[in-house]
Amino acid sequence: MAVNNPFARKRRHLGEHAAEWTIRIVASFSILVIFLIFIFVFREASSLLTSKSEPAEQPTTNVVATTDDRPEIYNPDSGPEPGSVTTTTTVVKDSDKPEVYNPDVTMVGMDEPVVTTTSIVTLDDRPEVYNPDSGPEPGSVIAAAAAPYEAHEQPTLWDNITSNVWQPVGENPKFGVWPLLIGTLKTTLIAILIGAPLGILAALYSAFFAPRKLREVLKPAIELLAGFPSVVIGFFCLTTVASLLQDITGSQFRLNALIGGIGLSLAVIPIVFTIAEDALSAVPKTLREASLALGSTEWQTAYRVMLPAAAPGVFAAVLLGVGRAFGETMIAIMATGNAPLSSWSPATPARTLAATIGSEMGEVVWGSEHYGVLFLLGIFLFVVSFGLNALTELYVKQRLIKKFQGA
Amino acid sequence: MAKELPVKIHTRDFSFFYSEKQALHGIGIDIYENRVTAFIGPSGCGKSTFLRSINRMNDLIDGTRVTGDMIVDGVNVYDKDVDVVTLRTRIGMVFQKSIPFPKSIYENITYGLTLNERPSKADLDNIVEGCLRRAALWDEVKDRLHHSAVGLSGGQQQRLCIARAVAVNPEILLMDEPCSALDPISTGKIEELITELKDQYTIVLVTHNMQQAARVSDYTGFFLMGRLIEFDRTRTIFTSPSIKETEDYITGRFG
Repeated sequence: MAVNNPFARKRRHLGEHAAEWTIRIVASFSILVIFLIFIFVFREASSLLTSKSEPAEQPTTNVVATTDDRPEIYNPDSGPEPGSVTTTTTVVKDSDKPEVYNPDVTMVGMDEPVVTTTSIVTLDDRPEVYNPDSGPEPGSVIAAAAAPYEAHEQPTLWDNITSNVWQPVGENPKFGVWPLLIGTLKTTLIAILIGAPLGILAALYSAFFAPRKLREVLKPAIELLAGFPSVVIGFFCLTTVASLLQDITGSQFRLNALIGGIGLSLAVIPIVFTIAEDALSAVPKTLREASLALGSTEWQTAYRVMLPAAAPGVFAAVLLGVGRAFGETMIAIMATGNAPLSSWSPATPARTLAATIGSEMGEVVWGSEHYGVLFLLGIFLFVVSFGLNALTELYVKQRLIKKFQGA
Repeated sequence: MAKELPVKIHTRDFSFFYSEKQALHGIGIDIYENRVTAFIGPSGCGKSTFLRSINRMNDLIDGTRVTGDMIVDGVNVYDKDVDVVTLRTRIGMVFQKSIPFPKSIYENITYGLTLNERPSKADLDNIVEGCLRRAALWDEVKDRLHHSAVGLSGGQQQRLCIARAVAVNPEILLMDEPCSALDPISTGKIEELITELKDQYTIVLVTHNMQQAARVSDYTGFFLMGRLIEFDRTRTIFTSPSIKETEDYITGRFG
């Protein structure tokens, strides 16, 4: 061994080796765990495809799911049917002593497609049990509504999932994901429309306009908001913001997608702010001087030079904000009204994918079709988050950087 | 000293402070219109600070203050009623590092023009071509006007910055070591450009390169320790300086 070589690798201590290996093992373990979670989630959802599930019965139009908030049990006629999936849930129902909730109102708009603005949601946010008629009534509307499906051939699981009603518990569980998708998109969109401009403007202010002392306070303060427990934000929206907004707008629903969007934007703003602020601060100060020397004002400089120069970072900030709003669970459960309506109006309640998993996973029958569908939703959430991150990575790095930072 | 020339910038007992530290001590100078004035001196002598106080770029630094007068066209630029934005449109600046905006070449030139008004597309096209021709850059970039300016070479970028500064039609051009990061060929092009521009603009040039000052400037000021030691015609400064420090610096005895 030539010892003279000044660049020769020095013999290392045992401790360095140990540290290196520890890091390697921990890193591969954590990567493995990520993959294991992924595999587990897929395995749980795969039971949907592999096992022969109970025939999913589904009337084509049913409004019940749209009118209540958290259907623990939906049981149109309380007499249990032999061989039905709901035998388990019926037991739960009996032990729960369901209160009868306003049986008459549901009859209104029974035949209308999804969104009927009956007063149910406004009266009660979280009915524990929704049970339109506790005793079987001959010739009731439910029976009439249920009649058509018997003429149909049994709908497949796919038809069920792509249907328009999410009402997973009951005799005829309906796993229509459209209301959830619409609710998710609706609230995410509102959250981003509120959160992204505010976050970016705050970042611009903090990066270029705020006096240094203010900036030193402002940045940690907003970052602190990012660490705010989302349940607290949710509770704040549920109590304060919802009442305030209802006083102002006189909206029919106290909790609606707008409140949820505002709540989510409170979670999104700090993320957008922090990342956008870092991106803006990273733009060379010389660029600002060059622009100012041409006789532009501070705002012109900020908008026309600094913001485009930081565009990749700002874009990434917004995408990460979208990811947060998309996956946020607690705020969505508490502030949106949590009713799976397929309506695009921001004034109606909404339920997001994450909120559905959050509120139903605790009560789902293990291994049931419902359980599988919830995991399917989880996979969908994952795929979208993954897609957003991939988009950030690929689009931002490939396109924007090329465009703004040299060919 | 050719007193018959019109004076563009006139300072009287001008001092500059970075919070506690005094960077300029009582500078008094007359900068003549349509002439190239070069400032030389060792690093940290205050020549860049002086240049940047002409268009008040030093305002961007916290805790600076000035005393004395900095008079441009008969107006003290540090007066309360002077609008610094208007001031800077009349006094263009080229920096040591070429800093094209992360936009296309075309947008780099039009940026200053479109800040407050909306000229027609045809006008803009004309101005862009005119400015790029003035900066001796047109032939090199005319086929890729809408490509990113960041892709240009260092020398091209610096000429683009000059074209950009010229586009807003200033009366004075301040150049803060415009060639210090360039190779000799690019430097030569820029020096040629400076000579061509001086019939239209008053040019103030800060440089570390004494040969450059000797080549392009009509007047030269020598700064040392925040003081203007000597200011005269370039030929006089380089051939028969009247003060010993100037001679020592020029002959390379220190600095």
